[in-house]
Amino acid sequence: MLKIKNLHASIDGKEILKGINLEVKAGEIHAIMGPNGSGKSTLSAVLAGREEYEVTAGSVSFGGKDILELKPEDRAREGLFLAFQYPIEIPGVSNINFLKTAINETRAYKGMEPVSAKEFLAMVKEKSALVELDAKLANRSVNEGFSGGEKKRNEIFQMAMLNPKLSILDETDSGLDIDALRIVAKGVNQLKSPTNATIVITHYQRLLDYIIPDFVHVLYNGRIVKTGGKELALELEEKGYDWIKELI
Amino acid sequence: MHQFEYLKMENKKLEELQQVIVQPSNPKKDQLLETFKSLDYSVEGEYYQNLRKEALAEIAALELPTSGTEFWKYTRLGKIVNKKYQVVKGKIDSIQPFLIPNLDANIIVLINGFYNAELSAITEQDGIVISSLSEAKQKNVEQLKSTFNQYTKNRNELFLAINNAFHTDGVYIQIGKNKIAEKPYHIINITTHDNILAQTRNLFVADKNSSVKIIESFVNIHGKENFINSVAELIVGENAFLEYNKIQDKNEENYTISTEQVYQNANSNFTINTATFNGALVRNNLTIEVDASNCETNLSGLYLGKNNDHIDNHTIVDHKKPHCNSNEIYRGVLDDSSTGVFNGKVFVRQHAQKTNAFQKNNTILLSDDAVSNSKPELEIYADDVKCSHGSTTGQIDEEAVFYLQSRGVSRKSAINLMINAFAKDTLEKVSIDALHNYINTKIEERFA
Repeated sequence: MLKIKNLHASIDGKEILKGINLEVKAGEIHAIMGPNGSGKSTLSAVLAGREEYEVTAGSVSFGGKDILELKPEDRAREGLFLAFQYPIEIPGVSNINFLKTAINETRAYKGMEPVSAKEFLAMVKEKSALVELDAKLANRSVNEGFSGGEKKRNEIFQMAMLNPKLSILDETDSGLDIDALRIVAKGVNQLKSPTNATIVITHYQRLLDYIIPDFVHVLYNGRIVKTGGKELALELEEKGYDWIKELI
Repeated sequence: MHQFEYLKMENKKLEELQQVIVQPSNPKKDQLLETFKSLDYSVEGEYYQNLRKEALAEIAALELPTSGTEFWKYTRLGKIVNKKYQVVKGKIDSIQPFLIPNLDANIIVLINGFYNAELSAITEQDGIVISSLSEAKQKNVEQLKSTFNQYTKNRNELFLAINNAFHTDGVYIQIGKNKIAEKPYHIINITTHDNILAQTRNLFVADKNSSVKIIESFVNIHGKENFINSVAELIVGENAFLEYNKIQDKNEENYTISTEQVYQNANSNFTINTATFNGALVRNNLTIEVDASNCETNLSGLYLGKNNDHIDNHTIVDHKKPHCNSNEIYRGVLDDSSTGVFNGKVFVRQHAQKTNAFQKNNTILLSDDAVSNSKPELEIYADDVKCSHGSTTGQIDEEAVFYLQSRGVSRKSAINLMINAFAKDTLEKVSIDALHNYINTKIEERFA
């Protein structure tokens, strides 16, 4: 599904990613862990198409397409979803309205008819229940006045509505209390299917108690320096990131 | 003289004013005044003719504003005053294009500054006087004398004085004591030919405990380089409610100077919503005198500039008495080489304790060539008040655009979603649903 080969990226002339190689197949959950500043968020930003980052070498193919050539909206329409570490507040723009626009533009991109009002409302009802997001919040301006937990649940709600092939959760667990974390994880697990995949980017092992990864990668200084199964996360938790630094 | 000094001048007698040195003649000013040479007011009573004569003295004492005139600093009048105009009655076949869908309202039609009875459609209501201003003057309507021109004298604004002296016609609405207007009044103010100078003059009076909603749309068919210099006086009586909605939608080759003088009595509630969709030069001068306690004042404005539009809103809210609230929000979206100007001034006089006055101006610039001039001002003489003012000018938030794009929304749609939200938020005080929908639809059409 996703093939990243020797990806180098920099911002303002400073190289952050220094040769990432990663393959994600349908049905898999990958966790990317690493200390602060290792390039975790840069990787998700580059995949989603943020313009500030310059890709200096390497390739990313998603569903067989070179997504580095695509605009951010077209990457989303191809089935890539990024749950933001810091979801943006957009005053006045209704959550529901913009999701309807997003879904219909995605459908148009695929040559499909727009979603009917009835179908859409049913979807909103079902998916907001999944993440226990109050229907009132779903109708409000995007993230405006939401608590930290509500913002993260709103990210998963949007993910559920858009039904992506590949979801990248960028530190979705940071700042969440244990109840919010459970709700978010439950949402992610329920959306899991043999045809989609998830990349969980996290600093802490805690989230991986709830979302069980098939693979754990350790990102350090712009490269994946170690890959293992879910037990690697536990080992990291126990030994700390200094252990990784010593390994290299 | 500076506009803001008008308050100090209030009590000056006209005689004194006439002793002000008459300004030397200015060919452009003379050319403008020449336009009115043929007008004949002999059918009006002596009282009203004298008011016009008094205004002539005002005109003589006032110069054409220049870029050196503080109150007109950001708005050059060259476009307007370098042209020759005519005052002529016009005809149109249908007002259909200017009606607001699903709005059940009394319709009053003004063409080129003249009242048109055939196209107007008014349901009479007991206790409400509605007629053309000229008819009200001729019939010598009792209450007219005590209200007409009372708040527009000696304001040191040339264009206001010109309207005082040479207005053609307009609408007089007086809502009697305890009366609630059953339907809104929709005034359609149309210009039809090239180089028309229309000077409409309205007077709206809401007596004690009354309530009324008024819409005035300024539109045109055909015609370019029209200049409308309109004036409205609005008097809100004790415990009365008056909502005035102003839609400026003339095409881009037209010029507007529009003045509202508002006077609020005790416990009254006044709301003005101004939506400006176009205009080569639009200047709105809004002055609200809150001269009694416990009043509520809302003033909102939305201006959407494109091409070379120039849209200027000058507002004054003058809190003279305690325990009043005012909320002001003006928002602009400026594209291409358009210019927006906002100058809002809130006075809180010494006696106006416990005033809450809030003022905001936010502008989004959609192009590198668009210009916003914003000057929010507070002048506070009381010591127990809550006041704030603020101004922002910026581009669309790129972080937010990216967020929406990352969900599959195109860049263009993302920007439009955000502009729509920004613009629609501004006029939420419009209480007439059909009008609210109409304005929102126009915003959507603009940013679709």
